[in-house]
Amino acid sequence: MFSFKHEWIEKNVGLLAVATMLAISVGGLVEITPLFFIRNTVEPVDGVRPYTPLELRGRDIYQREGCYLCHSQMIRPFRDEALRYGHYSLAAESQYDHPFQWGSKRTGPDLARVGKKYSNEWHVQHLLAPRSVVPESVMPNYPWLLSTPLQYADIADRMKALREAGVPYSLTRAEYERNVKKFGPKVAEELSIPDAKENLIKQAQEGDYDGDRSNITEMDALVAYLQMLGTLVDFSKYDNDHFVKDR
Amino acid sequence: MHAPVQTTGHVWDGDLAEYNNPLPTWWVWAFYATIASSLVYWLIYPAWPVGKGFTKGFETITYVNDKGVTKTTHWNTRALLMKEMNQADKQQRPYFEKVESTPYQKIAADPELSNFVTSAGKTLFQDNCAACHQAGGQGKIGFAPNLTDDDWLYGGTYQKIQETITNGRHGYMPPFRDVLSDRQMDDLASYVLSLSGEKADPARAAAGDALFHSETAACYYCHGADAKGRQVLGSANLTDKIWLWADIPADRTLDRKVQDIEWVIAGGLNKGVMPTWKDRLKPEQIKVLTVYVHELGGGK
Repeated sequence: MFSFKHEWIEKNVGLLAVATMLAISVGGLVEITPLFFIRNTVEPVDGVRPYTPLELRGRDIYQREGCYLCHSQMIRPFRDEALRYGHYSLAAESQYDHPFQWGSKRTGPDLARVGKKYSNEWHVQHLLAPRSVVPESVMPNYPWLLSTPLQYADIADRMKALREAGVPYSLTRAEYERNVKKFGPKVAEELSIPDAKENLIKQAQEGDYDGDRSNITEMDALVAYLQMLGTLVDFSKYDNDHFVKDR
Repeated sequence: MHAPVQTTGHVWDGDLAEYNNPLPTWWVWAFYATIASSLVYWLIYPAWPVGKGFTKGFETITYVNDKGVTKTTHWNTRALLMKEMNQADKQQRPYFEKVESTPYQKIAADPELSNFVTSAGKTLFQDNCAACHQAGGQGKIGFAPNLTDDDWLYGGTYQKIQETITNGRHGYMPPFRDVLSDRQMDDLASYVLSLSGEKADPARAAAGDALFHSETAACYYCHGADAKGRQVLGSANLTDKIWLWADIPADRTLDRKVQDIEWVIAGGLNKGVMPTWKDRLKPEQIKVLTVYVHELGGGK
C-alpha cells in the first residue's frame, strides 16, 4: 500500500530544495498577490484628499504620542459600530495614509469619524486633562501639546517624502495643474509643496484650533487633524447602500 | 520499564536512536477535513481574485436600501450590515414614526412613547452630548451649561432646544480689557455679583450699575436693561445664582469672586461652541434628544 514517508524528502536534498521553494512561493504569493489588486478595493468617491500641511503635522504628533495604541480609525460594517460611530470606513478614506491608522486595539473609542463631533475647545480641554470632561476616562494627560510650539521648518521635506510614496503633493506646475483637475483649485493650493509653510500658518491662524492665535502650537496641529477625520466624504450624496457594490 | 517505543530504525554511535511518533490518526484526518472545508467555503463565500473581480460564491444577501429598492447581492459584510439595519429598523421604525408624528407636548404624556424616548434618548445623549454636558446633563462650570436646571441661554422650549441641537451654537462676548479700565471692570464685577444677591461693595456696585447701563460699556445691549439676558442672543441671565464661565462657589472670598467675573469681562468669550448635529443625526433622532433634554428637568 502507498504510504508517504518523510524519509523520501529528508534523504533527497534535491527534492527537499524543490519542496522548500514550493512552500515559500505559496506563502509569498498569498502575501504579495493581494497588493496587485489593491486598486480594485479603493472605492471611487468624491472628497477624499491628502492632508493639508497643518493636518499632516497633527498626524505626525498623533503617531508620536502613540494615540494609535488605544484608538483605532476603522469603523467596521457592524450595526453597533454604525450606530455609535457613523458610516463604516471606506478604503478610499485612508488611501493617502502612510501608514494607515486602522489599528486593531480599542482602549478608547474609534476616531475615524471624530471630526466636527466636538468643538475645538472640547478637544483642547480633553487633551490637556481628559478626566475633566470624561470622568471615567483612562487616557493620559497631554499638557505639553499646548505649550510646545509646532516645529514646521521641515514641512516641505515631509510632504516630499510622502510624494515619493505616491501621495499627490505637487512640486511642479504640471503636478499642481493635475491636482486642480483632480481636487479643485482650493485643495490643490493646499497640496502645493512650495507653499506648504505659508498654508500651514494660514490654516492655524484661521482655524484658531487651540483658542490662541498668537502662536502655533502642537495642539493647533493635532486638533486640526482630529477635526478633519472622517469628514471628507459627504455620505448624504450617496444612497446608503452605494458602497455595497464595491465589495 | 518503559513501554517499547517505535524508532526510525537508525542507530548512531552505537546507542543513539530517533523516536518515530506519528501524529494521531484523528488529528491527521481533522487536518484534512479543514482543508476540505476550505474548498466548500470558497464555493459559498467570496474568495479568489480573478481578473478584475473575484469569485463571488453562491451565498446571497437581500436587503432594502434607503430608497426602498430591494436588492440581492453576493455575500459581503456591507450587505450584511444593510440587512441587519433593516431588521433593527423594522422594530424601531414604528416608534420613531410615532415620535415624528406626535407633537412635542404629547410625547411625555404617552407612557409608551415616553419610555422609548427615555431609553433611546439616553443612548444618543451618552454617545453625543455627554462629552461636554456630562453623563447626567449636569454640565461643567467654565465649559458647558447645565441642562437639568431651568436656566437657558438660548431658550428651553422644545422648539429652541431642537434648534440648538440641529444648528449648534457659538457663545460670544467681546473682550473689554481695551475698552474699560481695571477700576471700571472691578465696579462692573461688583455690580454683577450684587445682581445675584451676593455680598458686594455697595458703592462699587452702584458705579458698576451706572456703567452697565451706560454707552461706554453698553452691557445692557446684550444682557438687557434688567440684566436678565436675551435668549435670542444667548446672553446670560446675570440675576440668578447660576454661573457658567465665572466660578462663584460660596466658600470663595469676595476678592476672588470679583476677580473671576472680571476675568470674563476683560477677556470676553469666544467659546461655548456647540457643534451642529444635523449632519450627524437624523431629524427623528434630534427630536428624541430634544424631548430627552427637555425632560431632564428644566424644559419650558
